[in-house]
Amino acid sequence: MSQNNPIESGPARDPHINFAYLDERTKRMIRRAILKAVAIPGYQVPFGSREMPLPYGWGTGGIQVTASIIGSTDVLKVIDQGSDDTVNAVNIRRFFQRTTGVEVTTDTTLASIIQTRHRIPETPLREGQVLVYQVPVPEPMQHLEPREQETRQLHALQEYGLMHVNLFEDLSHYGHISSTYDYPVLVNGRYIMSPSPIPKFDNPKMHLNPALQLFGAGREKRIYAVPPYTTVESLGFDDHPFEIQRWESACELCGSKESFLDEVLMDDQGKKMFVCSDSDYCSKRQVAP
Amino acid sequence: MSELDTTPPLMRVQGLSCAYGAKTVVRDISFDLWPGEVLAIVGESGSGKTTLLNTVAARHMPSAGHVYFDLRDHGLQEIYAMSEAQRRMLARTDWGFVHQHAAEGLRMNVSAGANVSERLMALGQRHYGQLRAQAIDWLERVEINPNRIDDRPDTFSGGMRQRLQIARNLITQPRLVFMDEPTSGLDVSVQAKLLDMMRTLTRQMNLAAIIVTHDLAVARLLAQRMMVMQNGQAVETGLTDQVLDDPQHPYTQLLVSSVLQP
Amino acid sequence: MYVAVKGGEAAILNSYELLAQQRRGDPEVPELTVAQIRQQLRLSVDRVMTEGSVYDPDLAALAIKQSAGDLVEAIFLLRAYRATLPRLGYSQPLDTGRMQIARRISAAFKDLPGGQVLGPTYDYTQRLLDFSLLATGQSAPVARKGEVNHEATPRVVDLLNHESLLEGQVPEAGDPDPFDLTRQPVRFPANRSARLQNLARADEGFLLAMAYSTQRGYSESHPFVGEIRFGTVELCVVPEELGFEISVGDLPVTECQMINQFQGSLTQPPQFTRGYGLAFGHSERKAMAMSLVDRALRADELGEAVVSPAQMQEFVMSHSDSLESSGFVQHLKLPHYVDFQSELELVRKMRQSHVLLGVDQTKDDQAKHDQAKDDHVAK
Repeated sequence: MSQNNPIESGPARDPHINFAYLDERTKRMIRRAILKAVAIPGYQVPFGSREMPLPYGWGTGGIQVTASIIGSTDVLKVIDQGSDDTVNAVNIRRFFQRTTGVEVTTDTTLASIIQTRHRIPETPLREGQVLVYQVPVPEPMQHLEPREQETRQLHALQEYGLMHVNLFEDLSHYGHISSTYDYPVLVNGRYIMSPSPIPKFDNPKMHLNPALQLFGAGREKRIYAVPPYTTVESLGFDDHPFEIQRWESACELCGSKESFLDEVLMDDQGKKMFVCSDSDYCSKRQVAP
Repeated sequence: MSELDTTPPLMRVQGLSCAYGAKTVVRDISFDLWPGEVLAIVGESGSGKTTLLNTVAARHMPSAGHVYFDLRDHGLQEIYAMSEAQRRMLARTDWGFVHQHAAEGLRMNVSAGANVSERLMALGQRHYGQLRAQAIDWLERVEINPNRIDDRPDTFSGGMRQRLQIARNLITQPRLVFMDEPTSGLDVSVQAKLLDMMRTLTRQMNLAAIIVTHDLAVARLLAQRMMVMQNGQAVETGLTDQVLDDPQHPYTQLLVSSVLQP
Repeated sequence: MYVAVKGGEAAILNSYELLAQQRRGDPEVPELTVAQIRQQLRLSVDRVMTEGSVYDPDLAALAIKQSAGDLVEAIFLLRAYRATLPRLGYSQPLDTGRMQIARRISAAFKDLPGGQVLGPTYDYTQRLLDFSLLATGQSAPVARKGEVNHEATPRVVDLLNHESLLEGQVPEAGDPDPFDLTRQPVRFPANRSARLQNLARADEGFLLAMAYSTQRGYSESHPFVGEIRFGTVELCVVPEELGFEISVGDLPVTECQMINQFQGSLTQPPQFTRGYGLAFGHSERKAMAMSLVDRALRADELGEAVVSPAQMQEFVMSHSDSLESSGFVQHLKLPHYVDFQSELELVRKMRQSHVLLGVDQTKDDQAKHDQAKDDHVAK
């Protein structure tokens, strides 16, 4: 049984600001970019990113995507590091409360739009929901080749040798692939995409997900998408396949052995404990395990 | 008509000219290259030989003329009429390009193993163990100690880097390799070893090659045919031994006689 | 018993209060007015308008007050405000040839029509702190009357054009509209209008460093200040309803024309080439830096080898915007503990296997050593 978590606090709708802050022309422009992105899964669509009241690098891409698709009947959830209560998530949620007045929630099952930074909720999503990811670096090859002129060509010609060289190097030097987050994926068998800095633990959730997944990078001015039920495969080798992280302990609060766990330092002697990163998932399990 | 008459050449160059801005650096060059044949393009600096090589290897647009390559299923195709994607695919599979400075033809910041396996990975090979085994095999063939597989090329000597470059190019069994002064800048003894290795490999793999060099000894050792260039034009062409032993054109005679005698 | 952290909202609201206190400072000290900032911190206002990309001195002054003097923050405020403004239309290009000159210098010529007008400048002051400014209430300096310059002040670039010594600035074929990077994303390679817009909005510190690098041998061109002029220009529009040009006001700008040498080619006789800089208000450092970087970024167009960062379009244009750079650098303050957790786990795992390998290695070495010893003994 899910707990209804309406959020009572937060600012009232400010009538002097246009609904969702952006002007209607800008929203149309962004929606066109989103449509193009959905039509070409995993392809980075350039868009005329606007200066927002939050700094570049702090989620303006995700905010612009959400602002362009949100309507008065939507229910919005905003999380950062899996939690509804980190200051950044609170700030963004307040921004939307102020500019749209829509209902907000912490309950994953009740939200129609979930804007997230660095996690995918543990609770499986369903058709009709939209997951909006905040993306810092949309180009998966940027750290190998910083020039966009070059990487654009590589994507167009499907020349992804560079990515595999990088993985090969990891195996040679570490015996493991060293990416633990922002682990590159192949979308719909065509484009290699950065899933944003979600931990690789979350990568499998993107594959054939019934929800629409949208990705917004405001500073780098790119939007991309994974439509519902699209294949998303994490790169790897046949004899060193992609593997997710596992913990030895369970969540101290709810007992889950399946979810992503945060490490909390308890004292200065190195004592630590592990708790679920997804606050909604964890609190529900505590009530009804 | 016999079979011989209908086999197309591997590459055909017709009336090729190249320019940089207003300056014409290659003038009306034509030749055919046959499978397994090594052609040396010899000249001094400023002769246009490197520009010719780059143009023939689809790296520089010609100002006039044609370059045809025999694609395995489609016969002779004009390379500059192909799409960029096709040309790049060709460059990664059926062609090799060995640069004068190995740093231009290698990824200096990744291991030798990654350098050698890259083309295989680009073609879709995904088994790390097998990729590594093939890399080791090729390092041995170019006489690099396989236990250097995880080392970066910036820790290699000049000769080793060239050998690594060759391995990186040959692993996809290309039919044609372009080489731009592959042994310049190396010590004489290192050059000799490298040339010997290249001769063995080209024979073993029935590799066609176009080698640009100013060094007649390289032409003598590796090439069946050679073309002498001066000021952008081919002044003499023929079988290597014939051209070197009995040069006809005054410029060729000058080149041949200039080689220091021990 | 560990309780999950809550109270993010309360923390944020408290931080607003603390921030307001910090901004106001000691309440005994009289509050700064926007008018005071506009008048007496004029050069800060000019910078905020230029990089904020809005000519509105009062708003810029307000932004400076709100940001407690942090100019990058003030620029951010102005840009965010600008993003909400509706577009009413486009002005005619500013005609800086008709500028009401307050200051005009040329390093390229000793004297020229219009003269060298020193105007208000720090250039020839001695940088000694003036402690008399600690006190207020001094009589304000009186503006001198009557010295209006009637002499025509043609632009140096127009003078050089008489002999065709300077490359012409011919519009692109079809005279297309200038690129607006606030509406569309830039794709590389970018055309000159996109580059100039990017440079006009660029962070002054970054631009200055890039410009400096071109002088320290990292680029080919040798620059001369053809002209710097500062003064007011008229802003004209052609409203649809009227169909003719009307002036809607004037605004102070600083313009810099930088002159550089170019090697001619076989098809073109040698000519000087140009770099251009323009900023709101009195912003010479910015206009000069902009002109040097503009010229450096034309390397491709002018057939010069691109060897230094200031010549690389993608490098300069991707890192010039203070909103982007400040935002991304400071975003590191956001929680990253989920990703860090992943890294921790991997490093711990690798360290464990490292220890095991070390043990095996030692065993291996020991075995070899023993074998060697046995062999030796056997001999």
